[in-house]
Amino acid sequence: MSDPTGSGGVDRQAGDGQTGRNLPPLRLHVPEPPARPGESADFTHFEIPAADAAPRPDEAAQPGAIRDMAYGLIRVLDEEDAAVGAWNPKLPPETLLRMLRYMALTRAFDARMFRAQRQGKTSFYMKSTGEEAVSIGAALALSRDDMCFPSYRQQGILLARDWPLVDMMNQIYSNKGDRLKGRQLPIMYSAREAGFFSISGNLTTQYPQAVGWAMASAARGDTRIAATWCGEGSTAEGDFHSACTFASVYRAPVIMNVVNNQWAISSFSGFAGAEATTFAARAVGYGIAGLRVDGNDILAVYAATRWAADRARSNAGPTLIEHFTYRVEGHSTSDDPTAYRSVEESSLWPLGDPIARLKAHCITLGIWDEDSHAVMDKELAELVRDAAREAEKNGILGHGLHHPMESMFEDVFEEMPPHLKEQQQQMLDEWKAAGL
Amino acid sequence: MSEAIETEVVSEVMTQETPADTIHMNMIQAINSAMDVMMERDPTVVVMGEDVGFFGGVFRATAGLQQKFGKNRVFDTPITECGIIGVAVGMGAYGLRPVPEIQFADYIYPALDQLVSEAARLRYRSAGEFIAPMTVRSPFGGGIFGGQTHSQSPEGIFTHCSGIKTVIPSTPYDAKGLLIAAIEDNDPTLFFEPKRIYNGPFDGHYDTPATSWAGHADAQVPTGYYRIPLGKARIARAGGALTILCYGTMVHVVEDTVKTLGIDAEIVDLRSLVPLDIDTIEASVKKTGRCLIVHEATRTSGFGAELSAQVQERCFYHLEAPIARVTGFDTPYPHSLEWAYFPGPVRIREAINKIMKD
Ligand SMILES: Cc1ncc(C[n+]2csc(CCOP(=O)(O)OP(=O)(O)O)c2C)c(N)n1
Ligand SMILES: [Mg+2]
Repeated sequence: MSDPTGSGGVDRQAGDGQTGRNLPPLRLHVPEPPARPGESADFTHFEIPAADAAPRPDEAAQPGAIRDMAYGLIRVLDEEDAAVGAWNPKLPPETLLRMLRYMALTRAFDARMFRAQRQGKTSFYMKSTGEEAVSIGAALALSRDDMCFPSYRQQGILLARDWPLVDMMNQIYSNKGDRLKGRQLPIMYSAREAGFFSISGNLTTQYPQAVGWAMASAARGDTRIAATWCGEGSTAEGDFHSACTFASVYRAPVIMNVVNNQWAISSFSGFAGAEATTFAARAVGYGIAGLRVDGNDILAVYAATRWAADRARSNAGPTLIEHFTYRVEGHSTSDDPTAYRSVEESSLWPLGDPIARLKAHCITLGIWDEDSHAVMDKELAELVRDAAREAEKNGILGHGLHHPMESMFEDVFEEMPPHLKEQQQQMLDEWKAAGL
Repeated sequence: MSEAIETEVVSEVMTQETPADTIHMNMIQAINSAMDVMMERDPTVVVMGEDVGFFGGVFRATAGLQQKFGKNRVFDTPITECGIIGVAVGMGAYGLRPVPEIQFADYIYPALDQLVSEAARLRYRSAGEFIAPMTVRSPFGGGIFGGQTHSQSPEGIFTHCSGIKTVIPSTPYDAKGLLIAAIEDNDPTLFFEPKRIYNGPFDGHYDTPATSWAGHADAQVPTGYYRIPLGKARIARAGGALTILCYGTMVHVVEDTVKTLGIDAEIVDLRSLVPLDIDTIEASVKKTGRCLIVHEATRTSGFGAELSAQVQERCFYHLEAPIARVTGFDTPYPHSLEWAYFPGPVRIREAINKIMKD
C-alpha cells in the first residue's frame, strides 16, 4: 500500500508503541461565536461590499456562470440612504410607502402580540423584529397567487397580503374565532386564500413541500410559482438538502429563501456551517442559482426576489436566496437571549434596521418625513390595539371561549372512523358523568 | 486499520460508592447531576445536541456541563436530528458513549432511520462487532400548552422496534438513577423525560397552582453515583383493590386520583417499558384481579395495547374485570383543548369506578 501522507510509513510505525504512530494528535473543531454575554460585539469580520458593487446577471443565466453571487452581497440602499446600483428596482413612491407601512405594521403587530403573551392571554409568541424586510419585500415582489411555504417568522407575508389582523389574532388566542379550531400553537397560521401554507412546528419540512408544489405547477402547465423560507439553522435538516436536489433535478419554479438572522435559539450560525461558507453557496453544489442579499435592505430583497421570480416563471429554474439579517429579539417568548449572546450585538449590527433604512430613504427622496412617520406609527398601534380588542371578544387562551371539546376529533380524517366516534362519545359521557 | 480504535466499550467500575450526601433536586437538576456524575467517572461520555452547550439546553438540563467538561465533551450541534443520531452511532463505533439530546420528542422523527435501522440493529447485524451505546434524552408529553409539536408521547413507536430500550422516569430520584444506568448500558436507550414534571409533580388539576418538588420524598437525591437497574418497576403505592400500570407524569395523576377516591389501588410505575418488569406486573394483577393502564400517548397500538396483551396472556384466570385503558385520544395533541385531551383525573376516575363495578 502506498503511503498517502508521504511521511514515510516505516518511521511512523516506529512510534512510541502506544499508538504505533508518530503523527500529531487530531483536534476537534467546535465553533464559537465572536461574542458571548458580557463581551463586546464585533462585526469587523463581516465583509460588506459597497451598495452598488453587485452585478445583476441575466435572469436566465446558467448557475455555474453566476457563482460569485453566492459569495457577494446584493445591496441597493447605500450609506447615504440613496438607492443605487444595478439591482435598484426603481420603485414608484407609492410602492416604497406601502413597503414602509407593511414593515411598520408587522412591528406593531409583533409588539402587541408579544405583550398579549406576557399578559397571559396566550401561551407563546415569536417576533420578527429586524427581519421585516425579508417577508414584506418578498411578498410584494411575488404575485398574490404565488404559493408561500413559510417558517414561523414570516408573519409579514400575511400582513402584506392584507390578511385580516383579527383572524391572525384569533389564531394566536386559540379562541372560538380561530379558523384552525385552536389546534395549533400560536403563530402557526394557515391561510390558503392568501397562498400561505399551513405552518409546521417541525423545522424545514416546508422546503421539499414547496418544491413539490412548484413541480406540480410546472407539470400542469400553470404559471404560478412557489416560494419557501427557513432559518439558517434549519438548513442543517435533511429536508433542506432533499429540497435542493429535487429543485435542481426538475428545475422547479421555486424560490428557496434562507433567512440568516445569525442565531438559531442559542446557537450562532457557525453551527449551521457559516464559518466555512455562505448559505447562498449551498446552491452552488446543487447547480442552483444562489443570491446573497442584505436582508435589512428591503429594496435589495425585493429586487432579488423579482429576479428569482422572473427566472422561475421563464422556466430557467430555482433560486436560493440567503437574506443576511439579524434576529433583534429573543427566539420566542420562551427564551432570554442575554443568557447566550452579547447584548451589544443588535445595536452594533452593521446593516442597520430595515424600517429605519427605508424611512431614511423615503425622507431623502422627499416623499416622507418624521411627522408622517410618527402619525403612521400611532395609527398602526391603534389599528392593532383595536384588532386585538375585537379578537379578545372571541376569547383568550384558557378562558373557556374555545371550540367545543368534541371538535378535537374532527379533521383527523375526512370522515370520522368508528374508533374516533367511539372515543368522542366516551369523552362526552365521562365529562357528563363527572358533572362537568 | 488502526489498532487504536476500540470497538467495545467498557465502562468504569460500577461499584456503589459509599453513600453520598443527599440533597433536594428537581427533575432537571437530577438529570443534570446524572450526566455530571457519569462524565466524571467515564471519560468516554459525551453530551451533544441542539443548544445543549454554552446555553445548557432549552430546559437547562445540561447547564454548566460544557463549562466543566469542555467543548470536546459537551457541544452544540447543527439542527439535524438525523445527523445527531447518526453522528452518535459513529462516535459509539469509535468507543465513545454519547448522550445526545433531542430537544423535544416531537422532533425525533427525522432521526427515525438512524435510530431504528442503525442504532437499534448495529449489534445484531455485526454480531456484536459494533455497538451503539448511546442514551438519547428527550423531553416528552404534554401539559405545557405546547401544541401538537411540543407535546407528543412517541414511546410506542420505539417499543415496537427491536434493539432499543425505552426508559421513562417519574421522580427526580428515579431520573438520576435510571439515567446513570442508561448511560452505562451498552445498548441504545431512549430516555424520555416527562417535561410537565421537570419542576414539580403534577396531579392533573391544571386549574390549581403548580407545585414544586420541594418537600417531596423522591426529590431527595444523592449527589454522587447510584443506579436504578433498567427493567425494574417501582410500586408507587401498594394496594389490593386493583392494579394501575402507568409511567412518567401519569404516575402522579393516578396517585392523586386514587387518593381522592380513597381506593386501595396498587400503582405500578413501570420506569422502563423495554425491558419490561413483567414479573412485578403479573404478581400485582394476580393479587388484585383488576388492571387499569394509563398513558398519555395515543391509544391505538400504544404501549397500553402491549401491556394489555401481556396481562391477559399471564393473568387471564385471575381477572375479575376486563383490562381497561385510559390514554390520549387518537388525534394530534390540540393546543386550546389540551386539558380535554390530557387523560386527567376525570377520565381516570370514571375508568376506576367502572372497573370496580364490573
Ligand atoms: C425538527 C425540529 N428540530 C428542532 C426544533 C426546535 N427549534 C425550533 S426553532 C429552532 C431554531 C431554528 O433556528 P433558525 O432555523 O435559524 O430559524 P430562526 O428561529 O432564527 O428564524 C429550533 C432548534 C424544531 N422546531 N423542529
Ligand atoms: Mg436563525
